[in-house]
Amino acid sequence: MSSESLRIVWIYPDLLSTYGDRGNALILARRARQRGMPVEVLEVRSDQRLPATADIYLVGGGEDGPQALGAQRLIADGGLHRAVAQGSVVFGVCAGYQLLGTSFFAKGVQCRGLELLDLRSDRGESRAVGELAGEIDPRLGLPPLTGFENHGGRTHLGPEVAPLARVTTGIGNDGATEGAWRGKLLGTYSHGPALARNPALADLLLRWATGAHQLPPLDDTWSDRLRNERRSAVAPARA
Amino acid sequence: MPLRAKVASSVSRTAAALSRAAGRGDGSVIGGWIGLKIDPDLLAHLSAGRAIALVSGTNGKTTTTRLTSAAVGVLGRVATNSFGANMPSGHTSALAKAGSTPYAVLEVDEHYLAQVLESTEPHVVALLNLSRDQLDRAKEVAMMAQLWRAALVRHTNVRVVANADDPLVVWAATPPGDPARGINPPHVTWFSAGQRWHDDSWVCPECGSTIQRSGEQWWCTGCPLRRPEPNWVVEDEGVLDPTGAWHKVSLQLPGKVNLGNAATALAVAAEFGVRPVDAVSRLGIVTSVAGRYAQVDKDGRNIRLLLAKNPASWLEAFDMADEAPTLLSINARDPDGLDTSWLYDVDFAPLRGRQVLITGDRAYDLAVRLDVNDVPFQHVRTFDDALRSVPPGRLEVIANYTAFQDIRAELDRVI
Repeated sequence: MSSESLRIVWIYPDLLSTYGDRGNALILARRARQRGMPVEVLEVRSDQRLPATADIYLVGGGEDGPQALGAQRLIADGGLHRAVAQGSVVFGVCAGYQLLGTSFFAKGVQCRGLELLDLRSDRGESRAVGELAGEIDPRLGLPPLTGFENHGGRTHLGPEVAPLARVTTGIGNDGATEGAWRGKLLGTYSHGPALARNPALADLLLRWATGAHQLPPLDDTWSDRLRNERRSAVAPARA
Repeated sequence: MPLRAKVASSVSRTAAALSRAAGRGDGSVIGGWIGLKIDPDLLAHLSAGRAIALVSGTNGKTTTTRLTSAAVGVLGRVATNSFGANMPSGHTSALAKAGSTPYAVLEVDEHYLAQVLESTEPHVVALLNLSRDQLDRAKEVAMMAQLWRAALVRHTNVRVVANADDPLVVWAATPPGDPARGINPPHVTWFSAGQRWHDDSWVCPECGSTIQRSGEQWWCTGCPLRRPEPNWVVEDEGVLDPTGAWHKVSLQLPGKVNLGNAATALAVAAEFGVRPVDAVSRLGIVTSVAGRYAQVDKDGRNIRLLLAKNPASWLEAFDMADEAPTLLSINARDPDGLDTSWLYDVDFAPLRGRQVLITGDRAYDLAVRLDVNDVPFQHVRTFDDALRSVPPGRLEVIANYTAFQDIRAELDRVI
């Protein structure tokens, strides 16, 4: 950690907060505090400078216009690139995942991404809307991914990133893989409060940020019940 | 009315009656659907000769429509789709069922506003608000504002009554005219009722710059879009009219949001020539609207039903609810939207200190949300379990659409 407390930056809630994206900041902060870590959550609007020294950066989902505007402002700001160069953690969701790549489409126009992840996104033939589930890259040691997706994009991964998961339900990147990660950067189409349904993923981000190999377990009764219920809800689709 | 329209109208009424008799529904959709199959222009034919007001927006449509019907009722009979069947089939049914009336007040689903403007050629359209709602299938909010704006460009004769506190509505209601071709922008009367929900309007829909807020004022930092001076304003327990006269509004419906709906109703009625002083007492007649705000006494509990369908309406519901035990029920069936992400757009902190119970298909989503919100809660399987878990007295029930209907069914379809 770069200072006394764990610093979490929620990037551009004025632009990139379409599907309860605040949830990821809330869940990370809570899980850190429950382990006794002091936490500072900064909401940085798109007309403000992005601090380059935070531990975790969250980039949420947004409509086409705000997504394109958000990418432009992040490129112009440069703070996120400096933070990544210093080893900060970045978690991108949906539009926020796409804009970490080299390019994406918004309102029919190809837009330049932040080029932090080796991936590019274009338009699919139909929108992917519904439950999303997958088996996460075994190197990350996490239980299955569960979430909800709602996007028109298809994402093509380059050789420098690994898929976050193999899709078992839904579309994700392309119907086969879902999300991507490299180093301490991770993106997913599991939108909105993805960490609410995947607390182990929240803990992975916290471990990356703190360097801790293990974190004390928490009482996850309700998220376990939620995960089980969602898993059985999508089970028929797998058969 | 052309013969085809007469036949269609008659068949439509019969089908609605059959649907009600068969217990399949309140008949507010099926009749209109059949009528429109026989005569696609039926809605236009049924609208001809009536002075019509349309009411649209993300939240408050049904209640505002009911209040507006009461206010316009000062002048004569009013046809209305009072069961919330707010698509063209519902409008067709409502008008066919009402027979000939001089006035109609129709609630319109925001996606259908352009189409219904075309069919009904209304005198007035009321634009209440736009916020995120069921994004897994609804249009994104900014796109909805764009659709409204484009529709109003084609109907510059309609009188608009619009919400000065909602930047997206203000932008939608003020399309540029085209003076060279003699097209003036529509005439707009602005109302202000305050707005709790700001999270869909931080960015200017015109130029993409940041929208600043200070008190009730808001303005774009990059272009001239700003809050217009409202003509009708909610103040204390009443409404200031454009002449500066203040009218006390005694509603049986709770919350400041309903005072805002009342102000809108008075403003719309005024466009028909109704004086607020004549209309205001009629607003107090409205008690519950399709079960919303209904109170039911059961097993010593006074149960009040509040419908909350999206983040903005949850904030309003917390404002309306008393400091009493509160049951929250969440489903995610088709009419609700399948996505529960919006739970994180709502701050449930106002419920701290109350006894909170949760139920519904998606109670676990709510449980995780309340947990991270530091709101203690108890999960119950059924509505009866909830009743048994609270002391005698008021039980506030806040539920989203199908969860609300489930609980209404438990209470014998209270309206």
